Amino acid sequence: MLHIKCPHCGMRSQNEFSYGGDASVKRPNLNKEISDQDWDNFVYNRKSLRGKHWELWQHLSGCRQWIKVERDTTTHEIFNTLKADEDIS
Amino acid sequence: MQKYSIFSLIKNAFSNHDKWDLAWKDSSPKKEYDVVIIGGGGHGLATAYYLAKEHNITNVAVIEKGWIGGGNVGRNTTIIRSNYMHDDNGLFSEFGMNLWRRMSQDLNYNVMFSPRGIINLAHSDAQMNVYARRGNSMRLNGIDAVLLNREQVKEIIPMADFSENVRFPIFGGLMQPSAGTARHDAVAWGYARQADSMGVDIIQNCEVMGFDVSAGKINGIRTSRGDIKVKKIGLCVAGSTNILAEKLNMTLPIETHLLQACVSEPVKPVLDKVVTFGAGHFYLSQSDKGEMVMGGDLDGYNSYSQRGNLPTLQHVLTEGIAMMPFLSKLKMLRTWGGIMDMSMDGSPIIDKTHIEGLYLNCGWCYGGFKATPASGWTFAHTIAQDRVHELNAGYSLNRFNTGYLLDEKGLGTKTWIS
Repeated sequence: MLHIKCPHCGMRSQNEFSYGGDASVKRPNLNKEISDQDWDNFVYNRKSLRGKHWELWQHLSGCRQWIKVERDTTTHEIFNTLKADEDIS
Repeated sequence: MQKYSIFSLIKNAFSNHDKWDLAWKDSSPKKEYDVVIIGGGGHGLATAYYLAKEHNITNVAVIEKGWIGGGNVGRNTTIIRSNYMHDDNGLFSEFGMNLWRRMSQDLNYNVMFSPRGIINLAHSDAQMNVYARRGNSMRLNGIDAVLLNREQVKEIIPMADFSENVRFPIFGGLMQPSAGTARHDAVAWGYARQADSMGVDIIQNCEVMGFDVSAGKINGIRTSRGDIKVKKIGLCVAGSTNILAEKLNMTLPIETHLLQACVSEPVKPVLDKVVTFGAGHFYLSQSDKGEMVMGGDLDGYNSYSQRGNLPTLQHVLTEGIAMMPFLSKLKMLRTWGGIMDMSMDGSPIIDKTHIEGLYLNCGWCYGGFKATPASGWTFAHTIAQDRVHELNAGYSLNRFNTGYLLDEKGLGTKTWIS
């Protein structure tokens, strides 16, 4: 069982959260010319890092906020959590 | 190579089975190969076998970081089926079914292929309609499919929960009678033994450290056991695909996730079919040893650890008990996990890449075991001829760019929703 520290609610068990994938993926800026490759990178292509990975989770059975979590994809150790609008340093 | 037969068994019985040859050599890497297959799992070993057998290319090495057959080919729930709706998936898998049917004879190795049939249960009228459509699509592609009503299902698997007041009553099911199971380790070992006998080097404990690429062309690889010059490389590393892709500056439509499976204590024969729960994700069969073999959902977040987490296991087994209540009386014997190369449309990739001499075989999600022979056969063709075969033309890498996706389940890119 993972224990995730929600920046809004504190430490909660994994059962309260749902996963949202790689948090480093950026939607292309719609005001600019967007190539097919840009869309591919946004929609499909993933680094799927082994080791430290910033990812989105939603505290679905809690405050319902989306948060960012830095987790090791091999050991499942969680290093850091941020609110959704906080930038990954 | 010694042929395995009743006569060689009797002959060796007289010498206390001390004089059997090794099934394959423990090879060391040579300086140069025509083809190197990275990944000594089922698909990699099958590719090497078909390169030698179908294309007469024998200056081949299979290099494996650990030991052969230690990854997903040794960790799956051994289900073999071709019950797909889309043509590309159906025709590819049915080609594979024909290879499965004669595999034990082909490899002179008993892979214990058991075409016992698979039943996908339906729990609503709408689901029955969907299964009727899938069954019709399968039959148009020459794959056997039978739509069963509730009474027919009850006759075949009376131990399932047919009571009236359940959350997901059984309305019927779709059966592929020719589907089944096989002994997974034997598949890896059988391919390894035959490939070795035709001159393929199987090199274990050999990790790929990097690639030698110049002018858009593969020249060689750097491994923990020295550099190897090579013209063509086949990448066949399932859950580790992204790790090697990063060394090639490639980003792929693949995410690595963890899938668990488990077996119960052995019990007397009770279930002679593979059965899947239609209101969730749970599949069940009984091994020859009597263990109930089962699995279900991914753990649900990116993972490279080959061990699972309890919430998912609890969820999956809850579905199992809803389907077959007797499972609640059994003790679990083992649970384990494997890392899956989840592609963004749920279908695999067998293709050339933008690098000359680099071929890609990945994205098998949680359905790689049944594809082992067809994957090896088509990948060997793609490597040997430097072009895809019509059977794997739909499994192109650029379909994510052109929009010709093969989303059998209609799940989209959220691979963790299963």
